[in-house]
Amino acid sequence: MEAKMTMKKRYLYEALSGYAFVLPFIISISIFLIGPLIYAFIISFKEFSFLNPAINKWVGFANYIKLFSDPTFKKALLNTTIYSIGVVPTQLIVALILALVVNSDIKGKTFFRVAYYIPTVTSTVAVSVIFLYLFKADGLINAMLAKFAIQGPTWFNDVRFALPSIMMMAIWSSVGNYMVIFLAGLQDIPTELYEAAEVDGANKFQRFLKITLPMLRPIMFFNLVMSLIGTFQVFDQAYVVSQGTGGPLDATMTVVLDIYRTGFRDFNMGYASAMAFVLFVIILILTLIQRKLFKEETY
Amino acid sequence: MKKVLRFLFYILVVGYAVITLGPFIWSIITSLKPTSELNTFAVNIKNLTLDNYKMIIIKFPFLRWIFNSALVAVIVTFGNMLFNSMAGYALARVNFPGRNLLFMVVLALMMVPGQVVMVPTYIILSKLGWINTYMGLTIPFLTSSFGIFLMRQFFLSIPRELEEAATIDGLTKFGIFFKIVLPLSKPALATQFIFMFTGNWNSFLWPSLLTSSDNMYTLPVGLNSFYGQYYQFWNQVMAGAILLTLPTILMFIILQRYFVKGISTTGLK
Repeated sequence: MEAKMTMKKRYLYEALSGYAFVLPFIISISIFLIGPLIYAFIISFKEFSFLNPAINKWVGFANYIKLFSDPTFKKALLNTTIYSIGVVPTQLIVALILALVVNSDIKGKTFFRVAYYIPTVTSTVAVSVIFLYLFKADGLINAMLAKFAIQGPTWFNDVRFALPSIMMMAIWSSVGNYMVIFLAGLQDIPTELYEAAEVDGANKFQRFLKITLPMLRPIMFFNLVMSLIGTFQVFDQAYVVSQGTGGPLDATMTVVLDIYRTGFRDFNMGYASAMAFVLFVIILILTLIQRKLFKEETY
Repeated sequence: MKKVLRFLFYILVVGYAVITLGPFIWSIITSLKPTSELNTFAVNIKNLTLDNYKMIIIKFPFLRWIFNSALVAVIVTFGNMLFNSMAGYALARVNFPGRNLLFMVVLALMMVPGQVVMVPTYIILSKLGWINTYMGLTIPFLTSSFGIFLMRQFFLSIPRELEEAATIDGLTKFGIFFKIVLPLSKPALATQFIFMFTGNWNSFLWPSLLTSSDNMYTLPVGLNSFYGQYYQFWNQVMAGAILLTLPTILMFIILQRYFVKGISTTGLK
């Protein structure tokens, strides 16, 4: 009887400590994530301005319908998609190559690891101004191109080159992140596998194809999802480069920048929330497709 | 043939390091150049000077911005390390009703982009009077689903026997967590520290939303506004960019040996 009591007591005590451990998280997400999420969902069906409550009224699906004919939003969605399609595969391939390189027996391995990773720990704002400087019309890059008799464009100020320039900058500054995660994956592959394959006479390339790549599948999935989610949220570079305008001619307008401008410059907060939910759904769908493709290997 | 390949391989390896480090080196050099030499690519070592750094620190609130960024990043980082490991530990090792549901919530929230809640969060914070305050810049960001997920994965890898022995010795769950589990978690905590600190130090969207008076700017917001007004003075803009990049780069170089280890032990896979 007494033993039963203490068991019960211990169980109750454990449950209570469990709640105590998760309490800060629960309070925090309730106020700053789940609450706002519901709030955002509600106001996405309203004409809503925080500054001018007089205009607040229900508009049903009007905000969502308006999105389909909003040229700026369509442009933002197109730019973000191009950005994502360009950045994600390039980034992952370069990251995988770099991870293989710094995992091999090269001299000065630690130096190269650090060198390749450094752009990743750097502020996007700092990277943006540094690239604006390097790629300005009479900057270092164009001077180098001129040596090869190439007339460089005005990069960030050119409608055709502004988005690709941001893409290049994004690849440059985040490859290291994915490299380190690939590297961790590579180091977890049991060396016995390679030894066994070598005994069987598999060459380096076959070993890469038959051992490394399949073993890296879960990591590949993880990186792919992270990279996709990250690229669809691009904001900082686009903001700094265009000083918040998305210009030239909306060439650097991204979905998040459009949300930011609509919500906090035009104070059209209901409409901005509708945009945000479209972004949310896109990210959700991408994640779910990816998860299906890779068959739940991650969690 | 093999030697030629090896040589080409090293050219690639070194070449990519030039691509990653070159921009920083060029911006450091530019930040040391006097304005009169800005329009030339030549570097006159005799004339290099720290004047640009002095200038932006004396004439503009760069020191204040550095202080704001450091304060905010430290508070947010330590809040996350504590709260995420507490929640992660409970999800890994404490039995309580609703645990699986809560873990599903964590996984689901990892998919919610922060920008979705920009508008409501701004409204809540301005109702609280927290726009342009340290409260507004820190309190909403003290926990993270992703951080909790990582810590949970790590705690699952700690042998259960250690905790069972401690329970027999009469330690409570809190005692076990603070005295046994946390000391064993240094690599995971180091990884969290690097991710959280750099993420927060570099954060731009939220601080630019939540601050409008320039003495409350964080360094990225301050640098962006400085660039917007003084973009002709590239040497001073570069000095600001270097002030912004140096702390995270130095921190990474110091902590880098924990890094790959931390990532593989937190089970990012």
